Amino acid sequence: MTLAPARPAPARAARSTRLVDQFELGLDAPICLTWELTYACNLECAHCLSSSGRRDPRELTTEQCKAVIDELQRMQVFYVNVGGGEPTIRPDFWELLEYAVAHDVGVKFSTNGVRLTPERAAFLAATDYVDVQISLDGATAEVNDYVRGPGSYDTAIQALANLQEAGFRDAKISVVCTRQNLGQLDDFKALADRYGATLRLTRLRPSGRGADVWDELHPLPEQQRELYDWLVAHGDEVLTGDSFFHLSAYGPEDGSGALPGLNLCGAGRVVCLIDPVGDVYACPFAIHDEFLAGNLLADGGFGRVWRESELFADLRSPQTGGACSKCAFFDSCRGGCMAAKFFTGLPLDGPDPECVQGYGEQALAGERVVPASSQDHSKAGPTRNQPVMLQLLTRPPVSACAESPLAGFDPQAPS
Amino acid sequence: MPDPLLGEAWTLSPAVALRPEPFGALAYHFGNRKLTFLKRPELVAVVRCLAEHGCVRAALEASGVPEAQHAAYAAALRGLAETDMIRPRERQAAA
Repeated sequence: MTLAPARPAPARAARSTRLVDQFELGLDAPICLTWELTYACNLECAHCLSSSGRRDPRELTTEQCKAVIDELQRMQVFYVNVGGGEPTIRPDFWELLEYAVAHDVGVKFSTNGVRLTPERAAFLAATDYVDVQISLDGATAEVNDYVRGPGSYDTAIQALANLQEAGFRDAKISVVCTRQNLGQLDDFKALADRYGATLRLTRLRPSGRGADVWDELHPLPEQQRELYDWLVAHGDEVLTGDSFFHLSAYGPEDGSGALPGLNLCGAGRVVCLIDPVGDVYACPFAIHDEFLAGNLLADGGFGRVWRESELFADLRSPQTGGACSKCAFFDSCRGGCMAAKFFTGLPLDGPDPECVQGYGEQALAGERVVPASSQDHSKAGPTRNQPVMLQLLTRPPVSACAESPLAGFDPQAPS
Repeated sequence: MPDPLLGEAWTLSPAVALRPEPFGALAYHFGNRKLTFLKRPELVAVVRCLAEHGCVRAALEASGVPEAQHAAYAAALRGLAETDMIRPRERQAAA
């Protein structure tokens, strides 16, 4: 399979000492590995990257998970980013966490906080090599619960308080930046300071259920500029998971405005994702058949998929950058995020949908087909935790004559 | 004047693991969780054999680093020392 067809012949022999060039050719094992332990979740966030909700019956068993950890230890993958779904609602979560840490695989896990009781917080405070990221997408309950569901703000804040109380140091508050919360950056920072935590900001991707709400939630161009300026001003105090490299093109053409980090799409090169059933994808934002490299149960283990998958070999081959390579800012943003392009129906060798030079908007206005999702673990029916993304109408109805719910209904009329 | 570090006895920090890579190695510190890239195979060889030699200069020579580059390697090693990737041997004995 070829994702971005126009490539020059491989030129691996010419070794460069630039780390970025080395990374583009891929490493012997990932640096940044995300492992979604379950698709089950107590919440139903509107923008969930993995369309989580229901547990998959094929989910890896405890023993299978431990075998994966053993292999990660052999490959010297020094830490994994564990997520879901909500990883802590797996009954064996704490057992797996202890097993990983005891096998030199550090764990950084993302949670909505639902299981972070004072007892668990004390356990985490006493365990080395563990990082905790609490997801929070609004600095106020109103903004957060709008996308994450009623009560989710209180749950996250309670978890942060429990961690602080237990003496857990430097928890992370992980924020997906949206149109609704970008005005709250200083409030998020204050919240992090209050709980002795570090703020982590990441980009909203149109992946999973995120595709359904991206048009409404993704930051406006002027907000992107404000975010870039804020990151430049606070760069060393906040984490970003390198997710805003497309904003680096706000800097001068010489690339000097780049944000800290790799500023490169690491998919299949230094980054990848293991999903709850053992499928290996190129990146955590690309859970789709197009980016499926293999399955660690069916294809001889994770290491083999990482080293031998055709998809990853393709991603590691030199890429031309297509139309973007003519842009003066190509060296700054390197074409942006592959997943963001794919899930908005844009060509992979064209501009990012949120290209700061405005090429993304042009591309979005053109003809495109948004790909159908290839997996969906969303809950089938509505639940009490579901976010309700409705607001009071601020405009009159389009058609004044159809305002009545009984409009057009005549009880005497023959059916 | 040559960097005094060249005459000192150093070692890889016990909390650090090295992972071989095409460009050299990844160094990961399990204590402070810093990840560092050693971008030359020669530097990896030097770091690996620091503990076996009485001084840094001897480790450089054993790894085939020409004397003209010793100052540059000393500077790189000082960079690694800043995040405790490597440490003076006396301190390790005391710890």
